[in-house]
Amino acid sequence: MAESDNIVVETAEKIFADLADPQTINNDRKDSWQEPLWQALSEAGLTLSWVPDDLGGSGASLADGFALLNAAGRFAVAVPLAETMLAGWLLAQAKITSPDGEMTVLPASPRDRITLDADGALSGRARGVPFAKAAKHFAVLAHGKDGVSIALVDASKGRIEAGLNVGYDHSDTVTLDKVQPVAIKPAAKGFDQTNLMLMGGVARSLQIAGALESMLDISVRYSNERVAFEKKISKFQAVQHNLARLAGESAAALAAATSAADAIASAKSFNDEVYLEAASAKIRCAEAAEKGGAIAHQVHGAIGFTMEHILHRYSLRALAWRDDFGSESHWAVELGKLVANRGADELWPLVASR
Amino acid sequence: MTAALRFDPIRLPEKCERLRKEVRAFLAEEIAAGTFDPHKPNREDTDAPEFSRRVGAKGWLGMTWPKKYGGQERSFLERYVVTEEMRVANAPTRRFFVADRQSGPVLLKYAPENIKMDILPRICRGEICFAIGMSEPNSGSDLFAAKTRATKTDGGYLINGTKIWTSSAHIADYMIAIFRTSPPTKENRRHGLTQFLVKMKQPGIQVNPIGQITGQYEFNEVVFTDFFVPDDHVLGEVDGAWKQATSELAYERSGPERFLETYYVLTELVRAVGPNPDTRSAEGIGRLVAQLHTMRRMSVSVAGMLEAGKEPVVEASIVKDIGTVWEQQLPHRVRDLAAFVEETATNRETLERQLDFAIKTAPKLTIQGGTTEVLRGIIARGLGLR
Repeated sequence: MAESDNIVVETAEKIFADLADPQTINNDRKDSWQEPLWQALSEAGLTLSWVPDDLGGSGASLADGFALLNAAGRFAVAVPLAETMLAGWLLAQAKITSPDGEMTVLPASPRDRITLDADGALSGRARGVPFAKAAKHFAVLAHGKDGVSIALVDASKGRIEAGLNVGYDHSDTVTLDKVQPVAIKPAAKGFDQTNLMLMGGVARSLQIAGALESMLDISVRYSNERVAFEKKISKFQAVQHNLARLAGESAAALAAATSAADAIASAKSFNDEVYLEAASAKIRCAEAAEKGGAIAHQVHGAIGFTMEHILHRYSLRALAWRDDFGSESHWAVELGKLVANRGADELWPLVASR
Repeated sequence: MTAALRFDPIRLPEKCERLRKEVRAFLAEEIAAGTFDPHKPNREDTDAPEFSRRVGAKGWLGMTWPKKYGGQERSFLERYVVTEEMRVANAPTRRFFVADRQSGPVLLKYAPENIKMDILPRICRGEICFAIGMSEPNSGSDLFAAKTRATKTDGGYLINGTKIWTSSAHIADYMIAIFRTSPPTKENRRHGLTQFLVKMKQPGIQVNPIGQITGQYEFNEVVFTDFFVPDDHVLGEVDGAWKQATSELAYERSGPERFLETYYVLTELVRAVGPNPDTRSAEGIGRLVAQLHTMRRMSVSVAGMLEAGKEPVVEASIVKDIGTVWEQQLPHRVRDLAAFVEETATNRETLERQLDFAIKTAPKLTIQGGTTEVLRGIIARGLGLR
């Protein structure tokens, strides 16, 4: 998806290059970069790109939004862009208008549930919710006795226990205790929590793939600069082979993630083929984050282990993103069950379905 | 940004899906007729000349070639689908596979017209088998170290030397081989190799089979003694084969045969585990399927690039590298998971037989078609490291 002629991605990349340069961010210990970046993304309509015009968004296509998230991954962007986009998308599934400002979506784990009581109040606990502390609103998927509902909730009504994920970004526990939503509507027929998890998982897959592209890029560059034993380390065969493997992991992550994004963008429903694509992407990208990140650090040596260097901005976020919207272990179990349930002779037809 | 690597999400067009159904129906008929057993990967009677002719009659050989040479002028993606289905079904493709994938395209590009008119239609009819003569004793993956000499003589060349690891040479009608026509130069050690079309089963060629650890005989040593090759069997530029070899390899390295070689053990594992797997089996299967799916998406993506006339040398090398590592690991991961399969599973015997064969096959997968180390060197070059 690099070298895009896509106007949404071009706009985003320009903003990221100007306001989210990893080295500048890395040197800024006061987080003063966040506000101007968010302003610029917001003014360009990127934060609500998946929300139709009549619901307060900019109405970009699903495909463009996914491409934007891949670009965000290449800059390891650490503002709630993906989260606000997902929240807007979720609200749009129930035709709820998106408000301005930062949002996040919950639950963010397939194991957590929010329930809708008979009196219209929401209760439940959601762990590992990205950027909950920074959000002004939550988009909530809730289970009631009449099925699945989608709600817009004022973030100040929830109880938030702040936490940090492995990439030092907010990953919080949100407890809703009989909270009355700002708006609530039934979800479209057939829409459920699994759909939300698959969508979030693909968003994270694209971010991981983007981070891996950047890790490959900076690792190649570093290997061509760093001299050891009187040679550029890029001239050592062992280093070359490590970087070739990193390229393979990066390519596999990108292929799996972009294919899943394309599958969701062009599908009419979350059928088995989309499930295969989305679950596989999350599994493969998470594996690539582990293997690829380890190689990038190996190439960089001790310097890459410092807070001063930008490598950790990509490597730790890629590792952290594995945990959101279902880890690779979760999706592997679910995908394995799906495959086993369809039967051995249906495996190849499923894989070869497009 | 590096941004050199692209794997666009190519989808197979509708006509490919229609073709896939036709191929499945054909293979089902062949299986019903007893031509081959899809559950037996150790194809001891792998040379299946009659099957080869029937595949040719279907129009599935030389599919992308011009009609005047017997081809169908169909797309590379359609050919891709046929290859996938043949591989997944364990069909006995050895007789025609190399000719269809590699030798035919080389002849199309570099052979004189009379040779093309003679040989290509016979490949399309599934009548002839090809081998590829690249490696030599003590050269292996180092193509440019080849020593077997082609010495100019009246009306042609005399060949002396030995090729080795030559798959199918014992049944092949022709071989496309590289021989040394000049010494390498100081400036270019790749200089001096020429590609030739060799007619097998003639005096001056001796084929010695080499047993493999799978118990099969598939590759051979081929000894040339004053073997005569006529001038019109030179393919392309004399001394310039190195220029010709690289683009050819993208076809060899990215196809479905580079990640589906041991696929059958996964199907049988899923069968043995049954519809309600425990958590461990489910997770294991899920991870393997995610890998398989990703590999296939990458491979289809490269097929799309080839269809579009690009030369995705680095992308194809990446597919070959991670594809063969994957298919090499697959039997071992399946073995891990099979340890917990019920003794009473209906296909237990099939699974065990397949695992036995796949585990013996696995060591060669990262070697054939370019060793992993050589491929990683190509990828590194693509990254600008050398």
